Amino acid sequence: MPRLALAALAFATTAAFAADPPQFSLTIEGHKFTPDRIEVPAGQKVKFVIENRDDTAEEFDSGDLRTEKVIPPKTKGTVYIGPLKPGEYKFIGEFHAQTAHGVVVAK
Amino acid sequence: MLGTALIVFREVLEASLIVGIVGAATRGIAGRGRWIAIGLALGIVGSLVVAASAGAIAGLAEGMGQELFNASILGLAVVMLAWHNIWMSVHGRELAADAEKVGGAIRDGTKALSVLAVVVLIAVLREGSETVLFLYGIAISGESSPASMAIGGLVGLAGGISVGWLLFAGLLRIPLKWFFSATSVLVLLLAAGLASQAARLLIQANVIPSFASPVWDTSSIVSNSSLAGKALQGLVGYDAQPAAMQVAFFVTVAAVIVAGMYWARRRSHSSP
Repeated sequence: MPRLALAALAFATTAAFAADPPQFSLTIEGHKFTPDRIEVPAGQKVKFVIENRDDTAEEFDSGDLRTEKVIPPKTKGTVYIGPLKPGEYKFIGEFHAQTAHGVVVAK
Repeated sequence: MLGTALIVFREVLEASLIVGIVGAATRGIAGRGRWIAIGLALGIVGSLVVAASAGAIAGLAEGMGQELFNASILGLAVVMLAWHNIWMSVHGRELAADAEKVGGAIRDGTKALSVLAVVVLIAVLREGSETVLFLYGIAISGESSPASMAIGGLVGLAGGISVGWLLFAGLLRIPLKWFFSATSVLVLLLAAGLASQAARLLIQANVIPSFASPVWDTSSIVSNSSLAGKALQGLVGYDAQPAAMQVAFFVTVAAVIVAGMYWARRRSHSSP
Protein backbone atom coordinates (compact mmCIF):
# COMPACT_ATOMS: atom_id res chain seq x y z
CA MET A 1 0.00 0.00 0.00
CA PRO A 2 2.71 2.56 0.85
CA ARG A 3 4.38 1.64 -2.41
CA LEU A 4 1.13 2.18 -4.28
CA ALA A 5 0.65 5.54 -2.61
CA LEU A 6 4.20 6.49 -3.51
CA ALA A 7 3.65 5.46 -7.13
CA ALA A 8 0.44 7.49 -7.23
CA LEU A 9 2.25 10.49 -5.80
CA ALA A 10 5.10 10.10 -8.27
CA PHE A 11 2.59 9.88 -11.10
CA ALA A 12 0.66 12.90 -9.88
CA THR A 13 3.77 15.08 -9.58
CA THR A 14 5.16 13.93 -12.95
CA ALA A 15 1.81 14.57 -14.61
CA ALA A 16 1.49 18.00 -13.03
CA PHE A 17 4.94 18.91 -14.13
CA ALA A 18 5.03 17.27 -17.54
CA ALA A 19 1.80 18.90 -18.71
CA ASP A 20 2.94 21.57 -21.14
CA PRO A 21 2.09 24.99 -19.67
CA PRO A 22 0.33 27.74 -21.65
CA GLN A 23 2.56 29.02 -24.41
CA PHE A 24 3.29 32.61 -25.46
CA SER A 25 5.25 33.72 -28.51
CA LEU A 26 7.52 36.73 -28.78
CA THR A 27 9.55 38.03 -31.67
CA ILE A 28 12.75 40.03 -31.64
CA GLU A 29 13.18 42.16 -34.76
CA GLY A 30 15.22 45.33 -35.15
CA HIS A 31 16.30 44.79 -31.50
CA LYS A 32 12.73 45.21 -30.25
CA PHE A 33 10.28 42.76 -28.72
CA THR A 34 6.83 42.17 -30.23
CA PRO A 35 4.59 42.16 -28.29
CA ASP A 36 6.30 44.20 -25.60
CA ARG A 37 3.47 43.64 -23.13
CA ILE A 38 2.34 40.09 -22.44
CA GLU A 39 -0.46 39.08 -20.10
CA VAL A 40 -0.01 35.68 -18.50
CA PRO A 41 -2.02 33.78 -15.89
CA ALA A 42 -0.63 34.15 -12.35
CA GLY A 43 0.08 31.12 -10.17
CA GLN A 44 1.16 28.73 -12.90
CA LYS A 45 4.19 28.05 -15.00
CA VAL A 46 4.12 29.51 -18.52
CA LYS A 47 6.23 28.83 -21.59
CA PHE A 48 7.75 31.59 -23.72
CA VAL A 49 8.96 30.87 -27.22
CA ILE A 50 11.14 33.77 -28.36
CA GLU A 51 12.11 34.06 -32.00
CA ASN A 52 15.16 36.15 -32.80
CA ARG A 53 14.89 37.39 -36.40
CA ASP A 54 17.91 39.67 -36.11
CA ASP A 55 21.40 38.97 -37.39
CA THR A 56 22.89 39.26 -33.91
CA ALA A 57 22.45 37.27 -30.73
CA GLU A 58 20.15 38.63 -28.03
CA GLU A 59 19.92 37.80 -24.36
CA PHE A 60 16.42 37.60 -22.94
CA ASP A 61 17.16 38.86 -19.45
CA SER A 62 14.98 39.64 -16.49
CA GLY A 63 15.99 40.04 -12.88
CA ASP A 64 12.29 40.21 -12.01
CA LEU A 65 11.55 36.92 -13.74
CA ARG A 66 14.91 35.39 -12.75
CA THR A 67 15.53 34.40 -16.34
CA GLU A 68 18.54 34.73 -18.59
CA LYS A 69 18.77 33.11 -21.98
CA VAL A 70 20.95 33.82 -24.96
CA ILE A 71 19.08 33.47 -28.25
CA PRO A 72 21.45 33.14 -31.21
CA PRO A 73 20.56 34.98 -34.44
CA LYS A 74 17.76 33.50 -36.57
CA THR A 75 16.76 30.94 -33.96
CA LYS A 76 13.99 30.37 -31.45
CA GLY A 77 14.59 30.04 -27.72
CA THR A 78 12.27 28.57 -25.11
CA VAL A 79 12.12 29.56 -21.45
CA TYR A 80 9.77 28.44 -18.71
CA ILE A 81 8.69 31.18 -16.34
CA GLY A 82 6.91 31.29 -13.00
CA PRO A 83 4.62 30.45 -11.31
CA LEU A 84 4.30 34.22 -10.83
CA LYS A 85 2.45 36.25 -8.25
CA PRO A 86 0.11 38.86 -9.81
CA GLY A 87 2.13 41.90 -10.82
CA GLU A 88 4.35 43.43 -13.49
CA TYR A 89 7.71 41.96 -14.42
CA LYS A 90 10.11 43.86 -16.66
CA PHE A 91 12.40 42.17 -19.12
CA ILE A 92 15.08 43.42 -21.53
CA GLY A 93 17.21 42.21 -24.37
CA GLU A 94 20.45 42.72 -22.51
CA PHE A 95 22.55 43.07 -25.64
CA HIS A 96 20.36 45.96 -26.89
CA ALA A 97 18.91 47.30 -23.67
CA GLN A 98 18.15 50.73 -25.12
CA THR A 99 15.54 49.46 -27.57
CA ALA A 100 14.69 45.93 -26.47
CA HIS A 101 12.43 45.93 -23.46
CA GLY A 102 9.01 44.78 -22.41
CA VAL A 103 6.85 43.76 -19.51
CA VAL A 104 5.07 40.58 -18.44
CA VAL A 105 1.80 41.18 -16.62
CA ALA A 106 0.67 38.30 -14.42
CA LYS A 107 -3.04 38.33 -13.55
CA MET B 1 30.68 53.07 -25.15
CA LEU B 2 29.30 53.44 -21.64
CA GLY B 3 26.70 50.76 -22.37
CA THR B 4 29.42 48.40 -23.56
CA ALA B 5 31.53 49.11 -20.48
CA LEU B 6 28.61 48.47 -18.14
CA ILE B 7 27.60 45.16 -19.69
CA VAL B 8 31.17 43.89 -19.86
CA PHE B 9 31.65 44.98 -16.23
CA ARG B 10 28.57 43.06 -15.10
CA GLU B 11 29.62 39.93 -16.95
CA VAL B 12 33.23 40.09 -15.73
CA LEU B 13 32.23 40.88 -12.13
CA GLU B 14 30.92 37.43 -11.19
CA ALA B 15 33.87 35.59 -12.70
CA SER B 16 36.27 38.04 -11.10
CA LEU B 17 34.83 37.55 -7.60
CA ILE B 18 35.17 33.78 -7.96
CA VAL B 19 38.78 34.09 -9.14
CA GLY B 20 39.45 36.42 -6.18
CA ILE B 21 38.19 33.81 -3.72
CA VAL B 22 40.09 31.01 -5.44
CA GLY B 23 43.27 33.11 -5.44
CA ALA B 24 42.96 33.68 -1.71
CA ALA B 25 41.94 30.11 -0.89
CA THR B 26 45.09 28.74 -2.53
CA ARG B 27 47.41 30.94 -0.50
CA GLY B 28 50.57 29.12 0.43
CA ILE B 29 50.35 26.43 -2.22
CA ALA B 30 53.34 26.42 -4.58
CA GLY B 31 52.60 27.24 -8.22
CA ARG B 32 49.13 28.67 -7.68
CA GLY B 33 49.74 31.64 -9.99
CA ARG B 34 50.51 29.34 -12.89
CA TRP B 35 47.43 27.18 -12.31
CA ILE B 36 45.12 30.17 -12.04
CA ALA B 37 46.64 31.58 -15.24
CA ILE B 38 45.99 28.24 -16.97
CA GLY B 39 42.38 28.34 -15.78
CA LEU B 40 41.95 31.91 -17.06
CA ALA B 41 43.55 31.18 -20.43
CA LEU B 42 41.48 28.04 -21.02
CA GLY B 43 38.37 29.92 -19.88
CA ILE B 44 38.95 32.65 -22.47
CA VAL B 45 39.62 30.15 -25.26
CA GLY B 46 36.57 28.16 -24.13
CA SER B 47 34.42 31.32 -24.20
CA LEU B 48 35.32 31.88 -27.85
CA VAL B 49 34.54 28.25 -28.69
CA VAL B 50 31.22 28.28 -26.80
CA ALA B 51 30.22 31.62 -28.34
CA ALA B 52 31.03 30.32 -31.83
CA SER B 53 28.94 27.21 -31.24
CA ALA B 54 26.13 28.98 -29.34
CA GLY B 55 23.66 28.18 -32.12
CA ALA B 56 24.55 24.49 -32.07
CA ILE B 57 24.46 24.26 -28.25
CA ALA B 58 21.13 26.11 -28.04
CA GLY B 59 19.59 23.66 -30.49
CA LEU B 60 20.52 20.60 -28.40
CA ALA B 61 18.07 18.85 -26.07
CA GLU B 62 15.02 20.33 -27.78
CA GLY B 63 16.16 23.91 -27.33
CA MET B 64 17.30 23.43 -23.74
CA GLY B 65 20.96 22.77 -24.59
CA GLN B 66 22.13 26.09 -23.16
CA GLU B 67 20.48 25.54 -19.76
CA LEU B 68 21.67 21.93 -19.52
CA PHE B 69 25.19 22.87 -20.58
CA ASN B 70 25.39 25.71 -18.06
CA ALA B 71 23.83 23.64 -15.28
CA SER B 72 26.36 20.85 -15.96
CA ILE B 73 29.40 23.09 -15.80
CA LEU B 74 28.04 24.71 -12.63
CA GLY B 75 27.56 21.21 -11.19
CA LEU B 76 31.17 20.40 -12.02
CA ALA B 77 32.33 23.60 -10.31
CA VAL B 78 30.31 22.65 -7.20
CA VAL B 79 32.02 19.24 -7.05
CA MET B 80 35.47 20.81 -7.45
CA LEU B 81 34.85 23.42 -4.72
CA ALA B 82 33.46 20.73 -2.41
CA TRP B 83 36.54 18.60 -2.96
CA HIS B 84 38.80 21.57 -2.30
CA ASN B 85 37.09 22.43 0.99
CA ILE B 86 37.26 18.85 2.22
CA TRP B 87 40.93 18.68 1.28
CA MET B 88 41.57 21.99 3.04
CA SER B 89 39.91 20.79 6.22
CA VAL B 90 42.84 18.40 6.56
CA HIS B 91 45.64 20.52 5.08
CA GLY B 92 44.58 24.03 6.10
CA ARG B 93 46.45 24.05 9.40
CA GLU B 94 49.55 22.73 7.72
CA LEU B 95 49.28 25.55 5.17
CA ALA B 96 48.76 28.19 7.83
CA ALA B 97 51.87 26.96 9.65
CA ASP B 98 53.91 26.91 6.44
CA ALA B 99 52.72 30.28 5.21
CA GLU B 100 54.18 31.89 8.30
CA LYS B 101 57.65 30.96 7.13
CA VAL B 102 58.98 33.37 4.54
CA GLY B 103 58.11 32.09 1.08
CA GLY B 104 56.84 28.90 2.62
CA ALA B 105 54.63 26.90 0.36
CA ILE B 106 53.62 23.29 0.52
CA ARG B 107 54.53 21.19 -2.45
CA ASP B 108 51.78 18.63 -2.24
CA GLY B 109 49.12 20.97 -3.59
CA THR B 110 49.02 20.16 -7.30
CA LYS B 111 45.75 18.28 -7.08
CA ALA B 112 44.07 21.08 -5.14
CA LEU B 113 45.35 23.63 -7.65
CA SER B 114 44.27 21.71 -10.73
CA VAL B 115 40.80 21.36 -9.22
CA LEU B 116 40.54 25.09 -8.60
CA ALA B 117 41.94 25.88 -12.05
CA VAL B 118 38.86 24.08 -13.39
CA VAL B 119 36.66 26.33 -11.22
CA VAL B 120 38.40 29.42 -12.65
CA LEU B 121 37.95 28.03 -16.16
CA ILE B 122 34.22 27.51 -15.56
CA ALA B 123 33.74 30.94 -14.01
CA VAL B 124 35.35 32.63 -17.01
CA LEU B 125 33.64 30.36 -19.54
CA ARG B 126 30.15 31.01 -18.24
CA GLU B 127 30.27 34.80 -18.34
CA GLY B 128 32.90 35.06 -21.08
CA SER B 129 30.88 33.38 -23.80
CA GLU B 130 28.02 35.85 -23.24
CA THR B 131 30.45 38.78 -23.38
CA VAL B 132 31.88 37.50 -26.66
CA LEU B 133 28.39 37.18 -28.20
CA PHE B 134 27.48 40.66 -27.03
CA LEU B 135 30.65 42.28 -28.38
CA TYR B 136 30.40 40.33 -31.62
CA GLY B 137 26.82 41.58 -32.05
CA ILE B 138 27.92 45.19 -31.65
CA ALA B 139 30.84 44.67 -33.97
CA ILE B 140 28.83 43.28 -36.88
CA SER B 141 25.87 45.62 -36.49
CA GLY B 142 28.14 48.66 -36.66
CA GLU B 143 26.18 50.39 -33.90
CA SER B 144 29.35 51.87 -32.52
CA SER B 145 32.85 52.40 -33.84
CA PRO B 146 35.45 49.70 -33.19
CA ALA B 147 37.48 52.15 -31.10
CA SER B 148 34.58 53.08 -28.85
CA MET B 149 33.68 49.41 -28.47
CA ALA B 150 37.26 48.47 -27.60
CA ILE B 151 37.54 51.27 -25.03
CA GLY B 152 34.17 50.38 -23.50
CA GLY B 153 35.13 46.70 -23.35
CA LEU B 154 38.49 47.43 -21.74
CA VAL B 155 37.00 49.83 -19.17
CA GLY B 156 34.39 47.21 -18.22
CA LEU B 157 37.03 44.49 -18.06
CA ALA B 158 39.34 46.61 -15.90
CA GLY B 159 36.47 47.54 -13.58
CA GLY B 160 35.38 43.92 -13.14
CA ILE B 161 38.93 42.73 -12.49
CA SER B 162 39.51 45.51 -9.96
CA VAL B 163 36.56 44.39 -7.83
CA GLY B 164 37.85 40.80 -7.78
CA TRP B 165 41.31 42.09 -6.92
CA LEU B 166 39.92 44.17 -4.04
CA LEU B 167 38.18 41.09 -2.66
CA PHE B 168 41.42 39.10 -2.99
CA ALA B 169 43.52 41.81 -1.34
CA GLY B 170 40.93 42.26 1.41
CA LEU B 171 40.89 38.54 2.17
CA LEU B 172 44.69 38.45 2.44
CA ARG B 173 44.48 40.97 5.28
CA ILE B 174 42.64 38.47 7.44
CA PRO B 175 45.06 37.21 10.15
CA LEU B 176 46.49 33.78 9.35
CA LYS B 177 44.88 32.23 12.41
CA TRP B 178 41.44 32.72 10.89
CA PHE B 179 42.41 32.95 7.26
CA PHE B 180 41.70 29.39 6.14
CA SER B 181 38.50 29.20 8.17
CA ALA B 182 37.32 32.39 6.46
CA THR B 183 38.17 31.21 2.95
CA SER B 184 36.57 27.82 3.54
CA VAL B 185 33.33 29.50 4.62
CA LEU B 186 33.48 31.59 1.42
CA VAL B 187 34.17 28.54 -0.74
CA LEU B 188 31.32 26.67 0.98
CA LEU B 189 28.85 29.51 0.30
CA LEU B 190 30.15 29.85 -3.26
CA ALA B 191 29.59 26.13 -3.95
CA ALA B 192 26.10 26.15 -2.41
CA GLY B 193 25.26 29.34 -4.34
CA LEU B 194 26.38 27.84 -7.64
CA ALA B 195 24.21 24.78 -6.90
CA SER B 196 21.23 27.09 -6.40
CA GLN B 197 21.96 28.81 -9.72
CA ALA B 198 22.15 25.42 -11.43
CA ALA B 199 18.74 24.58 -9.94
CA ARG B 200 17.32 27.82 -11.35
CA LEU B 201 18.57 26.90 -14.85
CA LEU B 202 17.02 23.44 -14.58
CA ILE B 203 13.72 25.02 -13.48
CA GLN B 204 13.92 27.44 -16.42
CA ALA B 205 14.40 24.42 -18.72
CA ASN B 206 11.44 22.64 -17.05
CA VAL B 207 13.69 19.70 -16.14
CA ILE B 208 12.91 19.88 -12.42
CA PRO B 209 9.86 21.37 -10.65
CA SER B 210 10.28 24.62 -8.72
CA PHE B 211 7.95 23.65 -5.82
CA ALA B 212 6.96 26.71 -3.79
CA SER B 213 8.07 29.77 -5.72
CA PRO B 214 9.11 32.24 -4.53
CA VAL B 215 9.85 31.15 -0.95
CA TRP B 216 10.55 34.75 -0.02
CA ASP B 217 10.80 38.09 -1.80
CA THR B 218 13.57 40.51 -0.88
CA SER B 219 13.61 42.32 -4.23
CA SER B 220 12.57 45.56 -2.52
CA ILE B 221 15.80 45.40 -0.47
CA VAL B 222 18.31 44.03 -3.02
CA SER B 223 16.90 43.25 -6.46
CA ASN B 224 18.40 40.64 -8.75
CA SER B 225 19.14 43.18 -11.46
CA SER B 226 21.01 45.63 -9.20
CA LEU B 227 24.80 45.55 -9.07
CA ALA B 228 24.74 44.52 -5.40
CA GLY B 229 22.32 41.72 -6.29
CA LYS B 230 24.58 40.59 -9.10
CA ALA B 231 27.67 40.63 -6.86
CA LEU B 232 25.86 38.74 -4.09
CA GLN B 233 24.63 36.25 -6.64
CA GLY B 234 28.20 35.62 -7.73
CA LEU B 235 29.44 35.23 -4.15
CA VAL B 236 26.68 33.31 -2.35
CA GLY B 237 24.05 32.60 -5.02
CA TYR B 238 21.77 35.38 -3.78
CA ASP B 239 18.30 35.35 -5.34
CA ALA B 240 15.66 37.89 -4.30
CA GLN B 241 12.86 35.43 -5.10
CA PRO B 242 14.20 31.90 -4.84
CA ALA B 243 12.19 28.77 -5.55
CA ALA B 244 12.01 26.12 -2.81
CA MET B 245 14.01 23.82 -5.09
CA GLN B 246 16.89 26.32 -5.17
CA VAL B 247 16.90 26.55 -1.38
CA ALA B 248 16.92 22.75 -1.21
CA PHE B 249 19.93 22.57 -3.56
CA PHE B 250 21.76 25.22 -1.52
CA VAL B 251 21.13 23.53 1.84
CA THR B 252 21.94 20.03 0.55
CA VAL B 253 25.27 21.04 -0.98
CA ALA B 254 26.27 23.04 2.12
CA ALA B 255 25.36 20.11 4.40
CA VAL B 256 27.24 17.56 2.28
CA ILE B 257 30.39 19.70 2.25
CA VAL B 258 30.29 20.31 6.02
CA ALA B 259 29.77 16.58 6.62
CA GLY B 260 32.66 15.77 4.26
CA MET B 261 34.95 18.19 6.07
CA TYR B 262 34.20 16.64 9.47
CA TRP B 263 34.60 13.14 8.09
CA ALA B 264 37.97 13.94 6.46
CA ARG B 265 39.31 15.63 9.57
CA ARG B 266 38.28 12.72 11.73
CA ARG B 267 39.84 10.18 9.42
CA SER B 268 43.13 12.10 9.33
CA HIS B 269 43.19 12.19 13.15
CA SER B 270 42.56 8.47 13.59
CA SER B 271 45.20 7.42 11.04
CA PRO B 272 48.26 9.63 11.56
